[in-house]
Amino acid sequence: MYSHGSESLIKQAREIQEPELQKFYSRLVKLLQGKELSHETIDSLQRLHLILSATKYTRTLPSELQKRLSSLLSSPSEQLQVLSSAVLRETLPLSGQERNYNQDNTSQLNSHAAALLLSQAGSRADLSSLCAQLLRSLESRPSEGPSHSLTHMLPILNTILTHSPECLTEDHMTLLSKKLVDWLRYASITQGGGASSGGFFTGPRSRQPVPIAELDGTVSGDFFTVLCVGQGFTEDQWMNVFSFSMLRHWLLTYHSVSNGNTAADTDDRSEVDGSVVSMVSATSSTSRLLPPKERLREKAFQYCQRLIEQSDRKAHKRTDTELQRACLVEAVCILDCLCIEDASLVFRAFPCIKALFGRLSSDLSFARVLLPLAQFYLNHGEMAAVDCECVWNLVFGRFPADLFNDPFLAHELLRFLRVNLESLQLRVPQYTCSFPNLLKLLAWDSPAVVDDFVDLLPSLVTAGTAVELLHTLLDLPCLSATLVLQLRSASLPICEPGGRGLLSLDAFRNPSYRGLFLFLLRGEAGSGDTIDRLSTLHELLAEAVDWPRVIQCTQTVPVLLHIFFNKVITVADEKLLAHLILVQLERSSLLLNIPNYIKEIHRVFSCHLLRLCKLHPSLVVDQSHELLEFAGTTANVYSKEEIYTHVVWVLGEYLSVSCDSRCSVRLITSCFEAMEAVLFEITSSAPPPGASSPAPRVITTLMSALAKLASRSHDLIPRVSMFLSKLRKVARGGSVAWCTDEEDLVAIVTRGEELWSLLKAPGVAQSVLTPPPHVTTPQWHQDTNVAMPLGLRALTSLTHSQ
Amino acid sequence: MVRCFLIHTVCPLSAVAPGESRVLYSRVFGPDEGVQFAQQRELSPEERRLLQKEKVAVVARQVCSAVSLSREASGRLLVETVPGEEALALQEADSGVVRLRAGDPFSEEMSVLWLGVQSLGFALVCESHENLLLAEGTLRNLTRHCLEHLHMLGQGSEVLLKSNRIDVLLSRLLPCGQLLFLNHRFAQSLEKEVAAYMAK
Repeated sequence: MYSHGSESLIKQAREIQEPELQKFYSRLVKLLQGKELSHETIDSLQRLHLILSATKYTRTLPSELQKRLSSLLSSPSEQLQVLSSAVLRETLPLSGQERNYNQDNTSQLNSHAAALLLSQAGSRADLSSLCAQLLRSLESRPSEGPSHSLTHMLPILNTILTHSPECLTEDHMTLLSKKLVDWLRYASITQGGGASSGGFFTGPRSRQPVPIAELDGTVSGDFFTVLCVGQGFTEDQWMNVFSFSMLRHWLLTYHSVSNGNTAADTDDRSEVDGSVVSMVSATSSTSRLLPPKERLREKAFQYCQRLIEQSDRKAHKRTDTELQRACLVEAVCILDCLCIEDASLVFRAFPCIKALFGRLSSDLSFARVLLPLAQFYLNHGEMAAVDCECVWNLVFGRFPADLFNDPFLAHELLRFLRVNLESLQLRVPQYTCSFPNLLKLLAWDSPAVVDDFVDLLPSLVTAGTAVELLHTLLDLPCLSATLVLQLRSASLPICEPGGRGLLSLDAFRNPSYRGLFLFLLRGEAGSGDTIDRLSTLHELLAEAVDWPRVIQCTQTVPVLLHIFFNKVITVADEKLLAHLILVQLERSSLLLNIPNYIKEIHRVFSCHLLRLCKLHPSLVVDQSHELLEFAGTTANVYSKEEIYTHVVWVLGEYLSVSCDSRCSVRLITSCFEAMEAVLFEITSSAPPPGASSPAPRVITTLMSALAKLASRSHDLIPRVSMFLSKLRKVARGGSVAWCTDEEDLVAIVTRGEELWSLLKAPGVAQSVLTPPPHVTTPQWHQDTNVAMPLGLRALTSLTHSQ
Repeated sequence: MVRCFLIHTVCPLSAVAPGESRVLYSRVFGPDEGVQFAQQRELSPEERRLLQKEKVAVVARQVCSAVSLSREASGRLLVETVPGEEALALQEADSGVVRLRAGDPFSEEMSVLWLGVQSLGFALVCESHENLLLAEGTLRNLTRHCLEHLHMLGQGSEVLLKSNRIDVLLSRLLPCGQLLFLNHRFAQSLEKEVAAYMAK
């Protein structure tokens, strides 16, 4: 599709030299002077556009050329209009060129020229003038005219609303509200020009108007909407389409509850002022007496109700069926908008909404329509005292469980959660327990939705579910593999063996392993933190470790773990934090066997283990049994170096009486002995086959930890000294089996010597190795003992002895 | 509303750095975002245009990486289609949506819907609250028309040399970035106008 030809065209366009370019410009000017529209002119204009748009640096055209192009904007040939506006869009407007906003003939502004003016608007003032011009032409023009001549105006107005809603004055808004009402509710109900009179009226001469039809072919019995068809369309029917297309945006901009600010505040939906009851909107028969804004509201309401009814018809064409769904989404959103503005409409709207929900809720293919319905229930369900449980069961239950592989639904569902987070946390208690289901969206398509989960995950971390959530996050790659297997299992026939290397598929279908997979695929939290046979599960999924989907998933888990830990320290008590430490130690060896993944997880664990212990040093004494067990296992040095190093460090640092009064001499001694044994072992022999030599950091950390412990229990000092002197002797003998790099060995030995000399002065050793907090976090100016003024005062009183 | 429509490459190209994408067509609707913001109004028109081009390039890169990750994960083999098989190419296309956070690169949050048709990507940058069902249908329709009218399944460069056709297509089906609720009759009427233009 993308050929070398295209590539070289772009290169040529970028690298065209100035003299050649100038020649091209003058040739083009000459061509444009001619009266006929030649093929060469079109071609040259097109090439000019390519030259200008191929580079991000702007080229300025000679003013003669630019003036000619500007005049082409109003050419009768559409090709010239398109090309000239395209070219002018890629250049700068001539300095001093007056914008055509105040010309009288803006009513003849074609759509391309108008779009160009819009894109060149440099300030709010420009937009205001353009807006005023368009609306002036709307007021003044006669109602007949060439088709589509008004239609381009509404999109431009809609754009102006996006960027600068205050451009419209009160009068403008009133005028447009009236026009919108006319177009939406009172468009012709007969078919437009060119409608043949066949079908309903016999006789070739019959010129009677033919009524519009519904999408299923029946004659339409009510006002015209976007879901009505005819052979041809009248101007106001076109305006009906354009009006509905911009209706929601109009309502959001000008009809929001907090009418003072013009920016649509779509997030602020949870607060509905129940006391705002518009008395006039109670009945529709009095609508003719309503002010324009309220009248538009009423007509919009009727339009949406009609669309909902029309969407139940069976359309003949597939594109129309899709349009019906899009219309349902739009209609429900607009109703939601209207009900926020006027709470009394809720009672009129709910029967219709409920009926629609009942009609669609059993059909998952309507999932994307059901989300706006859920939004409606969330915003207004409480007020209407409607039970919303079935809605939430769908949104948090069936959608993520069955439709996790629909990227559009995933995006919209997660956006729904993000936008309504506060409201959901208040009103939907099952939200925080639904993470096993929600995480399926992440497990399936991590790159696309990880950004959403970065925002949502903190809200899912609660004290009650934290441990289960941690386990679930660690097993996300397993979930990813399981979802792949689930889909494959559904599509491959049962009897076909997973021949092409899919042992995992056989395992998935095997009844004796069912429980493992069912646990991963569970929908709600609360049935257990994790399963006993995790290692079995990991083995069964061994061939999934190089599936791209699984690998993409593993790359997102570390980030989410960081977010998890950052949040959990704010909601957890010490007991829970202790439990989390244990989970970290336990799971460090229970992960799906992907080396990069394991390494990254260990790194995250190390970081947060450190943080937790820094925040709550007493945790170390509290969990000393498990930490000691971990630190005393030599195998951990080789398989979990990162975590091991940190465990040893926290033991050395925080296993002291000053951190926790329960710390006894016996505890310190047993810890010392466990670590001493490991240190001896790793520095006396070569690493086991398959493992690399321990990093110098592990050894020095062990040595430092032993020294710190010894400084607190002086009987241990001789043992440390003995080890360190032995180490020096061994190192002097040349290379050793456990350390391959000579520089590393020197560093280790140097550290050993430093520690040895420090321990010769036991009293000092403790404060050097474990400085008390007021030394490590000095607050000189805040500390009353060292504050300058106090010091000066003391000196003064000493020198002035009376 | 739609802020931007673009067509760009999604395959690794020898001419550009890996991960970079060549933008073949881009159309940003409406005035520059900076119109609302005081400090951006201090930028000169050249700087504004440069900024706009950079933003489009960012979108292209994001979509490019989303397409390649999606294709990698699904493991589906790319089916080569030839001119005449536009409907098949569209059916086989990968699709998805990327969320762009506020500020990165547009000032508000945006949703980018994308279609990956072999080595090219078609992307629609929509405001986040937009009706994505309608946007998806519009994107598919636009893509089908582009593939057909510009013979994009072949080796030609019409997408570069006949970009005015895309402009006209957009002016009918997505005027100023406005998504339209078009039933098959309205769509037919507009498509007839487009076809008449293309025939010139």
